[in-house]
Amino acid sequence: MFKLRSILGTNGLKKDEIVTILDTADTFKEISTRPIKKVPTLRGRTIINLFFEPSTRTRTSFEIAGKRLSADVINISGSTSSTVKGENLIDTAQNLEAMNPDILVIRHSQSGAAEMISRCIQCPVINAGDGFHEHPTQALLDLQTIRETKGSLEGLKVAIVGDIAHSRVVRSNIYAMKAMGMEVRLVGPPTMIPVEIQKLGVSVDYYLEKAIQDVDVIMMLRIQTERQNRYLLSSLREYSNLFCLTSKILEKAKDDVLIIHPGPVNRGVEIALDVMESERSLILNQVTNGVAVRMALMYLLLGGSDDSVN
Amino acid sequence: MTSVVFDAKDISRAITRISHEILERNKGANNLALIGIRTRGVTLAQRIRVKINEIENTEIDFGILDITLYRDDIASGKQNPLVEKTSIPFPLEGKQVVLIDDVLFTGRTIRAAIDALIDFGRPSTVQLGVLIDRGHRELPIRPDYVGKNIPTSKNNRVRVRMSEDDGIDEVHIIDPSTAKNS
Repeated sequence: MFKLRSILGTNGLKKDEIVTILDTADTFKEISTRPIKKVPTLRGRTIINLFFEPSTRTRTSFEIAGKRLSADVINISGSTSSTVKGENLIDTAQNLEAMNPDILVIRHSQSGAAEMISRCIQCPVINAGDGFHEHPTQALLDLQTIRETKGSLEGLKVAIVGDIAHSRVVRSNIYAMKAMGMEVRLVGPPTMIPVEIQKLGVSVDYYLEKAIQDVDVIMMLRIQTERQNRYLLSSLREYSNLFCLTSKILEKAKDDVLIIHPGPVNRGVEIALDVMESERSLILNQVTNGVAVRMALMYLLLGGSDDSVN
Repeated sequence: MTSVVFDAKDISRAITRISHEILERNKGANNLALIGIRTRGVTLAQRIRVKINEIENTEIDFGILDITLYRDDIASGKQNPLVEKTSIPFPLEGKQVVLIDDVLFTGRTIRAAIDALIDFGRPSTVQLGVLIDRGHRELPIRPDYVGKNIPTSKNNRVRVRMSEDDGIDEVHIIDPSTAKNS
């Protein structure tokens, strides 16, 4: 059964834990289609979203997930918190914990921030993205989206294309996909692929057209112009010429290949408009599933009893 | 100690009688909807649906309810049960809904089921059918259709086994004071 106290990353998650999360998420998805999109499960619980980085999708998704389970959700963003007065992260977390939340969701630009906080407080922590390290809920919603369409995950081949070095989404996906018995191929310019990444059990390719020919899923990553990528690329246009997923390149791929993207999308840079809007693209399904996956995690972390009903 | 209190024939007769009672009380199958409560309640509801179809030669609306998310003991500190899908693929407005469950005990499951149902719409009536009523209610809830009333002590366990789920139709009472297995 599910015994995790916090979700800091997918590194170390076991296959049966991932399956439990995905199965639970599958059933929670139905709640969002009801006329009354709310169940009373976490009534009286408090969830704090502490976001030190900009986010639309993830923050809204966590907020909606908590509210659909009837929890009280409080959002704090970096620019409105006491950190601007110089309070350090641990003090902030301990002060928030003193108000007895039941889950603390944290996004921070420093790798390891979520884990550090989880060591300083008792309340369960969900990592909503920490630096270049992990973004576990994104990987889980990616898996749910793939499983929903393909039926199962075991043995599927995935190509992940883009800035591998600076992507927390990639790291979380590698751990989760390997745990589920999937084959992962990383694709991008050599400057964006960390040396020795193969030690995680993945293969590396530098040519998009060749790399996607036999895969079941293509995951495109955003070129993160706000990070230090300007040193890694000679120009965005060159990157786009070599690594943009266009319908012409897709002709080389399997007919039933799925395209996913963690968002936000730079239209025309890493993915062409018509590809993004084609029926093989599941980008908006990912967003829908994100709510269900986060509801599932909140439910599973705040465990109840299973021995009293007859 | 385990004893069988209701066998396959008893269960079959009870389902036939309950089906007739449902039709009699609701004056036919118009507007009738059966909703089974997971897991054995769904199996029972399926059998009642088939029986009603045989009697009236008409298909009635059918739904499945998982009440886990509406339980009042979710926060009590142990492991959450797995949630399964709820499916009510028809509008509840104006329906005469019969909730079906296997065992009626404290009434808390039915409380949760009614709450869940009301979130889906406003049925004109909600009735309750159970295979076994074992007493010990903790809430003011009463069944409309009962397969059998079985007096139990509060720490007994009543287990309904259905051939679709368990390979055999029977109802056991397990007395944990005389046997370790459950």
